[in-house]
Parts: sequence; C-alpha cells; structure tokens
Amino acid sequence: MTKKTYLAAINEALAHEMERDENVILLGEDIAGGHASSGGPGKVGGVFGVTSGLYDRFGPERVIDTPISESAIIGAANGAALTGMRPVAEIMFVDFIGVCMDQVYNQAAKFRYMFGGKAKTPWVLRSMIGAGMRAGAQHSQTLHPIFTMIPGLKVVMPTNAYDAKGLMIQAIRDDDPVVFLESKLLYQTEADVPDEAYTIPFGEAEYVREGDDVTIVIMGAAVLHATAAAETLAKEGIDCEVIDPRTTSPLDEETILESVERTGRLVVVDESPPRCSLAADIASIVADKGFKSLKAPIKKVTCPHTPVPFAPTLEDAFLPNAARIIEAVKEVKTYG
Amino acid sequence: MQLQLSREELVRAYRRMTSIRQFEERIEKEFALGNIPGFAHVYLGQEASGVGICHDLTDEDWIGSTHRGHGHCLAKGCDIQGMMLEIMGKAGGLCNGKGGSMHIADFDRGMLGANAIVGGAPPIAVGAALTQKLKKTGRVAVAFGGDGSSNQGTTFEAMNMAVVLGAPAIFVIENNGYGEHTGADYAVGCDSIADRAAAFGMPAETADGANFFDVRDAMARALERARSGEGPYTIVTECPRYLGHFVGDPQPYRTEEELAEARGRDGLKDFRARVTEANLLSDADLDAIEAEIAREIDEAVAVALEAPFPDVDALETDVYASAY
Repeated sequence: MTKKTYLAAINEALAHEMERDENVILLGEDIAGGHASSGGPGKVGGVFGVTSGLYDRFGPERVIDTPISESAIIGAANGAALTGMRPVAEIMFVDFIGVCMDQVYNQAAKFRYMFGGKAKTPWVLRSMIGAGMRAGAQHSQTLHPIFTMIPGLKVVMPTNAYDAKGLMIQAIRDDDPVVFLESKLLYQTEADVPDEAYTIPFGEAEYVREGDDVTIVIMGAAVLHATAAAETLAKEGIDCEVIDPRTTSPLDEETILESVERTGRLVVVDESPPRCSLAADIASIVADKGFKSLKAPIKKVTCPHTPVPFAPTLEDAFLPNAARIIEAVKEVKTYG
Repeated sequence: MQLQLSREELVRAYRRMTSIRQFEERIEKEFALGNIPGFAHVYLGQEASGVGICHDLTDEDWIGSTHRGHGHCLAKGCDIQGMMLEIMGKAGGLCNGKGGSMHIADFDRGMLGANAIVGGAPPIAVGAALTQKLKKTGRVAVAFGGDGSSNQGTTFEAMNMAVVLGAPAIFVIENNGYGEHTGADYAVGCDSIADRAAAFGMPAETADGANFFDVRDAMARALERARSGEGPYTIVTECPRYLGHFVGDPQPYRTEEELAEARGRDGLKDFRARVTEANLLSDADLDAIEAEIAREIDEAVAVALEAPFPDVDALETDVYASAY
C-alpha cells in the first residue's frame, strides 16, 4: 500500500483495465496530445495528466485522440459500446456537456429501455467538475444533478484517491453508461491506494467520520470543508457524522436514513446551485422517509443560484466552506 | 449500371422493396383506423434507396437509422411480424413495445436503431465503424440521414471524425426534398450535399434514389473503399417523398403537380421495367412476390391486432443492464 494522488489512482485504474481487457479504449481531446506536432504524440496525457503515459504504453489504437467534437466523441463511444467495446470517453470539463448532451441523455441513457432490454452501452464518461480554480463560468460547474435525474445513467463522484481507483474500475466493468465526475480540487489529494486492482460497488455510501449529533452528507470536493468543519465542531463538543454517498445514482438512501435516525439532524453540503440539486433531493428523501427521526429542519449548504464567478473574492463567497457548514450545524442544534 | 445480379439476389431486392411499399401502405391504413399509437413517418417512395444501400450488407455490418426508419429495418432484414407488433406497441415486438415506430433496433440483424433525433445516428455509426476498424472485421457501419440531418452539426462532426480516424463509416443522406415541412432547397445552404460531404475529405457521390441499381452501384464503391481500410464515404440518394412528414400530414405546402411528379418516380416500377426488359425476371415472377408479401403482411397485422400490450410489470424493467 502506498500513498497515491487521486489523479494517479485514476490513471492506474485505467491502466489496470486496459491491461485486463483489450476492449477498453480511451477516447477524447488531448488524452494523448501532440498529434501532428513537431514533438510527436503522447506528450500531454490530458490537461491535468490523468491519462499520462497511457498512449506510450497502449498505442494509438487504444488511446484515441479526437477532434474537438464532443457529440462525435460520445456518439462514437455509444456506437463502439453497442458493438462490443468498452470505451472510456473524456469530456474535458463537464461544462462542455452542453454540446453533446443528446448523445448522453437521448441516446446512451435510453438505448437499453427503448430497445426492450436488448442493448448494452458499457461506457464511462470521464469529466472534471468543480469551482475554486478561478476558471470562470464555463470551466467550473458541478453538474451531477443533471445526470442524476436521467434514468439509465449511473453517476459516480469520488472524494478520495482510494475510492477513485476502485470506483473507476467498477465503472469500466459495469455494463451501463457511467458518468464519472472527477473533482479537480481533489486531484492532488493523497490516500493509501493498493497497487492491485479492486472495485467499490455503486450505491454504497462511506462514513468519512462517525458521530451521533448531526449528520452531514457531502459530495465531491465538499468533503474537504465538511471534514474541517467537523474537526472544529468536535472541539466544541458537537460530534458530526460525515457521509459520502460516493455515487449519486444509485444513491444509498439507507445509510443516510439510518444516520439521521440516530442524529435527528441533517445538513446536506452540495457544490451546485440549490434548486433541483442533490441537496434538495436528499432533503426530500429524508423529509419523506425519515420524518419521524427529524428533530430539526434540514439545512442545505449549497452555492447560490448564480453562474460560477471569476473574481477570487466572488468565487470564494460562491463556494460552500467550513464556516457555512459550522453555522448550519449550529443552527440545527438549536432545535429540540 | 450492374444488372448482373443472380436471380436470387434480384428476387431478394424486389422482395425487400415490395415489403417496404406494402408495409408502409398498411401502416398508413392501420394508423387511420386508430390501431397505431402515437405517430408514424413512412418511407414510401424511398424504397430503392434503403434496399440498394443494404443489399450487400451482412448481419455483421451495422446501420443506424432515422425517424423514418421502417424501410431501413426491412431493407436490413428485420422481421415484418416483429416490426408490426412493435409499431402497434405490443408485447413480443422487436423491442417488446418499449420502442415504437421511431426506436426499432435489432442487433441480430445489425440494426443499431431508428433514431428520433435528426442527426442522432451519424456519430453512433462512427463508433460502430471504429469497432470494426479496431477488431479488423472488414465490416462497415452505415449512418442513414435525410436532407434535414445533413444540416446538423452532429453530422459534420461525425463526418470529420470518421475521416480523422479512418473509420469504415458510410454516410447515406437520403434527400427526399423536405426536412419535415420545409423544402431542402430552402434549408440546405449549398447546391450539392455531396460536395459538402466531400469537403470533409472523403469521396462523395449522388445516386438516383428511385433506382435500385444506381444506388447499389454507388454502395459497391463505398463498400470497396471502407472494407479495404481506406475510410469513410458519402452517398446522397435523391428520393421522392410520396406522403407528408408524418402519416396524416395534409401537406398544404405541396401542390398536386409536385405530388404527382414525386409519385411518378417509383423505384419498384423502375426495377420491374429494367429486369423484365433484360429478361432477368418476368412480370409473373414479380407479381408472385407481391402476392406473397401481401399475405405475409395481412398475417402480421392480424397477429399484431390480437396481441396483448405489454404487462405493466414491464414498466420499470430494462433501465439498467448491471445491478442498480
């Protein structure tokens, strides 16, 4: 077991599966990089280096650089998956999904149902999410709610390097289209990651921290703020349980409901705007199925209903942070 | 033009064109009787195009289709009974009644699905073609589209990517003169759709979509290129559209003269004239095929009308392939 970054863990997962199954191919923009350049292909490995080294190791037939044509990328992943391949297609920043959404939500997500259970579309759509890098409104969104509401898709949001590797291997082996959302703020975070291949099943939440006073459900990079908030609160005698669903579709409702049954209080932290968000979804599930457990109103800590701003002062104010989580926890503690 | 097909091949081609003609005429009739839920877009007038394109394809070659896809399914060998059940939304249809007219797929016949999104199929066909290239199967993938889809960015992206990846994809643009209710002369901004495809860096040609032999010849050239690993090809077939955009479209935008002219271009009559003149098949041979298909369609309709709708238990099945 060695310490590895979240980024390296994903790279390792891709390499494991490409080694194991020759039907696994990578498609995307600049995942190799450098074609038709004076320096030759393979020198880029993705804008942040997630696919680094894979072109040299697996060659141009397995690591396929595409034009900047997102509809053709996901369309090609669809056609390849329907005919026996297991493509892992990269949409560089999740914001770019707007130019290829038809191939995701009208095509891949529906093939199996529309075709009466006869089709399988085993692809993984890798994409980056998250604000905090001063990247502006079109390179910073966290759009998991958009995918989560679409039947036929599965949605994965790893929060640490260990999960990133296990969930990616699971995603590649899964026979359904899986949207795998990588938090760019987490790429350099480290965890103990086994060298060998392993899988983490979808729909199984993880306890990031155990506690009996307040349940905090987090997604993606919000884990950083929630754990910091929980440490501070522990010093003040408030013991928070931090739950990471790991996949938003399927969603492990059971673990969340069980925790709220013990704590009676729920704060949901979600780095997306508040309306029709996962925070709203989880709050509604608990209000419906866990009503009797609740001792206080459910609090949501989300971004405001705005695009992601550029100026550092504005972006910092936009994102959920430890102070806002602490405030929400203290507020729910004032009840009952 | 190659008339030198075996008797069996000529019979197969005429059977398929006849199946489409009679199937679609029957769909029009059953729709009017209220036996088909939703809406239907029929392929009447375009039979020679789909059958000419699919004639030399095998079950291991793939096609992606359009909202006007019944003809492509039948040309690729999909079962008439399974299709009729599906279009009526009945259990036992090709997609167990979950797809309907615009979403028929049959993977055993290399049919990747009709597609209700204009321009939906070309990117998918590039992926299916990529599989053939990577697995070195020598097979191809065909994307059908219409003049309407020729204006979609997805088609442009797919054409460029097929060229870049050297994928054995064949783009077939069936220009039936109208995208929904708007003339292609209005909505297609250039004189020749084939020229536009060629600009992406692949050979492209235009064929007479009411002439099976002309279409098949063009497809033979496309197949030779694709199967030998040289990459994609585009064929534009100029087709008549006999009916409106959908069954029941009153077509206030088309004159009687124009409709009569469209109906004057008939791929089945053209085929009959050519093969009888060359003494390859007789009128009696062709009449016998028509009678046989008529019986088959009568039977398919009778069975489909009697068949049950899917049980509501099927509502929540087939969403995921792996555990959820």
